Amino acid sequence: MLWACLLLPHLALDGVLRRRPDDSPLVLVDGPLNARVVVAVNASARQAGLHIGQRLTTAQALLARFEAIPYDASEVDRWQQFLASMAYRYSSQVALLPHAIVLEISRSRSLLGEWPTMERNLRSDFAALGFQHRMAAAPTPHAAYVLAGVSDGQAVLTHEAMLRALDGVPLQYSRLPEYAVDALPRMGIRSLGQLLRMPRDGLQRRFGKELLQAMDGLLGDAPAGLDLFVPPDAVDWRIELSHEVENIAALVFPLKRMTGDLAAYLSGRDGGVQRFALQLEHREGKVTEVPIGMLSPERNAEVLFEAARGRLEHVQLPAPVLSLRLIADDLPGFVPAGRDLFDERPVNALPFEQLRERLRARLGDRAVYRWGTTIDPRPEHSQRIAEQNENLLEPRARPTWLLEKPIPLRGELRILVGPERMETGWWDGGAMRRDYYIVETEQGQRAWAYCAKDEQTGWMLHGWFA
Amino acid sequence: MSAVVALSDLLDARQIWRGQTLSPTEGDQPTGWPMLDAVLPARGWPEASLTEILLPADGIGELQLVLPTLARLTQGHRPVVLIAPPYLPCAMGWRQQGVNLQRLEIVAAQEQHVLWAAEQCLRSGSCAAVLAWPHQADDRNLRRLQVAADTGRALAFVFRDRKHLANASPASLRLELATPPHTSIWVRKCRGGNAPSQPVPFDPSQRLSSEGWNPAAMPVVHQHRPRTPDSGPRRNHARKKQNA
Repeated sequence: MLWACLLLPHLALDGVLRRRPDDSPLVLVDGPLNARVVVAVNASARQAGLHIGQRLTTAQALLARFEAIPYDASEVDRWQQFLASMAYRYSSQVALLPHAIVLEISRSRSLLGEWPTMERNLRSDFAALGFQHRMAAAPTPHAAYVLAGVSDGQAVLTHEAMLRALDGVPLQYSRLPEYAVDALPRMGIRSLGQLLRMPRDGLQRRFGKELLQAMDGLLGDAPAGLDLFVPPDAVDWRIELSHEVENIAALVFPLKRMTGDLAAYLSGRDGGVQRFALQLEHREGKVTEVPIGMLSPERNAEVLFEAARGRLEHVQLPAPVLSLRLIADDLPGFVPAGRDLFDERPVNALPFEQLRERLRARLGDRAVYRWGTTIDPRPEHSQRIAEQNENLLEPRARPTWLLEKPIPLRGELRILVGPERMETGWWDGGAMRRDYYIVETEQGQRAWAYCAKDEQTGWMLHGWFA
Repeated sequence: MSAVVALSDLLDARQIWRGQTLSPTEGDQPTGWPMLDAVLPARGWPEASLTEILLPADGIGELQLVLPTLARLTQGHRPVVLIAPPYLPCAMGWRQQGVNLQRLEIVAAQEQHVLWAAEQCLRSGSCAAVLAWPHQADDRNLRRLQVAADTGRALAFVFRDRKHLANASPASLRLELATPPHTSIWVRKCRGGNAPSQPVPFDPSQRLSSEGWNPAAMPVVHQHRPRTPDSGPRRNHARKKQNA
């Protein structure tokens, strides 16, 4: 077992910062209304001298213009869930700890490479999403959690190395029960190593079972006791805009982030999305809904963004927008389009699916289509718009062998195409009314067979598709 | 213009078009009409560029001219896109000409979006050929299509009324179809060579059915013609009606 821990120290701030394009001073504040305290600051606010723990009034005295956003704990949970579904791409065992995500990576090793490779990939994924993080790897999840808190990028791959690494960790970083962490230094025990060498029965007498359980979990002697994360089956994300937005252009940046997140989420669960909806929320609970439908499941960030933006550009805003919500509950499987190894297309060619969605976004959902033929001989009905990915077998296919006289066809049959109705010959006395089908027999033969009109029994074999 | 300008300076400035710099390269896009191929410099459609087809009326064989090419291209991976065709493509008819309908995408676009859609399709590099029927297209629009076709390495065909013949066009190849009794193709411009002075004979009916048509043996049906000046089959009659 090898667990990686991604510690997310600035989760709340990153979640706010990533949806604004500029780097103007910004702080998160928490606490009662009359005694607001700064709980997070961004880089430009820190340069101006603002820091965590400061009173909001003090901060206002230091800097004339900055934005103060209330800290929202549910928002933090939401981001953590989102990042966990991202991490799900790397492992099926993902769990959430306070301000951290742990994932088991030894089983993904043959697929995703050894730890250095995986670390690089994880880091670039999280950095691309705009989240600061610290990372460590250890044989147990709690040890990884502790090590990530102490230093960034530490990886201990064996049990002995883990013990050595934990040895010097100061107790206040040990993430053990708080009452023990408070009391132990008074007994002269300041590091984890010292604590681990203490006699167990004495510790149990003084601190109860809880401390020993936590220590066992840390070293892997007891089960880690984690609830594994299960990615949600539907997406419902909301972005509160910082001010009322009156034109669509101002929604493009948050939309790009959202569709980018959707793409990341979808590749995490190896799925795609064919239909999703954007809801533009106005005052008084009014909502403008923008449905986005594509012809096939997609998960490319560019495609999703373009499809959404194209639809959004046609929307007339009835009122200013306060927040943006993205809902996707139908998440079908995704089959990447096949590509030739020796692609004859130009180097930077756009995939046709992307082109198609671009055209549909601008020209309307029904603007791009193909024709398929039907078996109806009347010209007006002889063709219809083919469904996407529908494999229109030639309906009037004719067999290559014909039986002189039809014979009964018995056994299990699977209908491939049909019926093709023949109701003709009434003018010369040879009237016939038959439904012809292409059927497959149990031996895999393809037969041309007919039966009486509207009955799928009494099959007569008339030919073979040899 | 009193100053004497050295010829070499002018040539270096690349402001003078020199015919011989464009060597006719043989392309890989035969039209399917051997007599036409014979007179074209590329021995077929000019690759990755715009071909303009000028018509006196609809239905005089303009699709027959390109159908062999479309039949060939739709057997490949990249689709062929029709943008705002003036009529419904008849699926059976196209199929009889060997076109794989699975690779034929139709884009319904309004007048003002036709050129945009054509450019997007050409530029994307994911289409083998793009056929468009724009109504208003000027020199600059067509040049954009020409550039887009070059970028996306696709064949572009634009079908326009014959009245545009008088206007200059950036298309690599301009063909004008002449109506019966002498159905023929005039090559009005071809990049990389001189346009032939004689029209190319062209008989679209030869491909229509295995028996062939015999116009001489068919009776002529005379119909009473209403006296309004605006009647009769005209170009793009169908689309005007749809828009109304």
